[in-house]
Amino acid sequence: MTEDLTRSTVTTQEKVAKEEMERERAFREAPKMNKSPLHGMWALTNRDLIKWYRNPIQLIISLVQPVVWLGLFGKAFNIAGLIPSNIPGLSVAQIDLASFGTTSYFSYLAAGMLAFIILFTAAFSGMSVVWDRRFGFMNKAMSTPVGRGAIVTAKVLQSVVRSLIQAAIVLIIAVALGMDTTYFGAFTILGTFVMLFLMTFGLSSLFVMLALRSSDWQTQMAIINLLNLPLLFASNAMLPVSIMPDWLKTVIRFNPVSYAVDGIRQMLLGTNSAAAAAAGYTGVLAPLWVDFAVLAGFAGLLSILGIVLSWKLLSK
Amino acid sequence: MMNSDGNIVDVENLTKVYGGTLKAVDGVTFQVKKGEIFGFLGPNGAGKTTTINMLTTLLTSSGGKAVINGYDIHKHPTEVRRSVGVVPQEYTADEDITGFQNILLCADLYGLPRSDSKPHAMELLQLVELQDAANRKVSTYSGGMRRRLELASGLINYPTLLFLDEPTLGLDVQTRSAVWRYIRMLKEEYHMTLFLTTHYLEEADSLCDRIAIIDHGHIIKIGTPDELKATVGGDIIEVGVAEAEPDLSADIARIPLVKDVKKTDNTYRIKSEVGEESSIQIIDLVRSKGLHVTKISLTKPTLDEAYLELTGRNIREEESNKMDAFKQRVTMARARR
Repeated sequence: MTEDLTRSTVTTQEKVAKEEMERERAFREAPKMNKSPLHGMWALTNRDLIKWYRNPIQLIISLVQPVVWLGLFGKAFNIAGLIPSNIPGLSVAQIDLASFGTTSYFSYLAAGMLAFIILFTAAFSGMSVVWDRRFGFMNKAMSTPVGRGAIVTAKVLQSVVRSLIQAAIVLIIAVALGMDTTYFGAFTILGTFVMLFLMTFGLSSLFVMLALRSSDWQTQMAIINLLNLPLLFASNAMLPVSIMPDWLKTVIRFNPVSYAVDGIRQMLLGTNSAAAAAAGYTGVLAPLWVDFAVLAGFAGLLSILGIVLSWKLLSK
Repeated sequence: MMNSDGNIVDVENLTKVYGGTLKAVDGVTFQVKKGEIFGFLGPNGAGKTTTINMLTTLLTSSGGKAVINGYDIHKHPTEVRRSVGVVPQEYTADEDITGFQNILLCADLYGLPRSDSKPHAMELLQLVELQDAANRKVSTYSGGMRRRLELASGLINYPTLLFLDEPTLGLDVQTRSAVWRYIRMLKEEYHMTLFLTTHYLEEADSLCDRIAIIDHGHIIKIGTPDELKATVGGDIIEVGVAEAEPDLSADIARIPLVKDVKKTDNTYRIKSEVGEESSIQIIDLVRSKGLHVTKISLTKPTLDEAYLELTGRNIREEESNKMDAFKQRVTMARARR
């Protein structure tokens, strides 16, 4: 009994001493801090991504819209059915090839849907800036030595990763639903994702930039709606440019989304092939290298602008 | 790093002007000594948070100078951020991840290596008695637990100076006293310097070594709580004497430190700078005249009275601007969870 008591006293003493030591340790000299301007960027990106993949409902809901478009609109919009099939010398395949540069409207729309999911995911990248401001996390981040540019770039990167994963899922679903895979290959798919990467990098930078000063999610929602629909409909994502009025054709030429969709269609669907041209398809917007150049310029310009603005605008 | 006179914070004429006219902070000048708890006391909208935001480089100032830990806030903002800890007024932790992950994230933002930040984060959670909740999502924390987590996050970068903006806003009595205990411990055991803002008089009184009373962007007076209370005019001593005659007023007034004497019937009401010393001398005086003291009381002036004396009114709850008021309500609502 006495022994037990002694032992328990000793353990208590040891415990107190250990706690004391831990407290001492808690305030020893700080270890060397990483002072690179990019430090903390991956930690911030990862924080948003963890929250995203731990909440798969968000992913599923964001995939529903493009899949519904594909499944319902893409399958229902059967242009060949609109034209009387008894015109001599005109087959359904030829009409499709002439109108869309590929074998079906569904394949044509699928390429547009890749841009669609990127556009909508990028648009909401600004929202997470607004939430972080509203819930104080942004202030915490700004009170640390992490670079302002790193905060902005992390927001862009998390959106880039999310939208590319979502685009990959949409592409797989589209193929499962019957997208034409004749022109699919390692290079065309890789090229497509480079294109999507440039597009989402530019668009995410744009929407993050617009949210830098905002702590009001309603304004942000209004901005998203204001920009999203024109960016989508004043592009070649849903319908061929050839059926549009001239003024809209001009607008489309100033929309970066058009160049992404055009490039993707050339690579994945071969809309720039000799067969399509021979059938009378005139929907090619620009040569493939021009598509890449425009997108690269767009992404480069907006990401630099975002970082420059963050130095000025990212304060309390 | 420290400048020669031992001031860890040296602020001169710091100003913040909004929209060209609204002076939120109007040329404040003060110093914080190493190792003390320095408090900014003032009503909402007085410019306390704006000052902290400028000193922690969240806001750029409109004019003036400030040197923190030897670094100029305008020339070396990143070094300032690296060397100080900040516990903001609102709750900043990410609710969707655990308390431990939140502190680790902060450590990453300071560029601290994981090999160090993992054990250190655990130590800090122990310090604020959150070790059992370390691996729970912050959304399950109570308001008091969140406040303690904020405190632990603010300490992750081994700061020598910690800024606390309204550290007990909206907290219940027990949590408030726990936070006070941590703050005192940081000063006494870890020799940290603490800079806090508050609009609770009793908080400033019980915690701070020195207080700056701030209102409408101006510092009205800086001093220890006792010095501020002394502006009221001193301690009040009431002495009852059995004999109404002779009148001792003139004799009492000659006692050093006594400032004012009033006599009504058998009672003398005396103001003294140091009541404890004067009261003994008064008793001696009364007895030396062969008279008898029937009762004696000593009242210390409270900070409330000092505040009233200095600002001309009671500390008030006032809406500063819509966004700040909203944020403060959110903080208070979350504290009560």
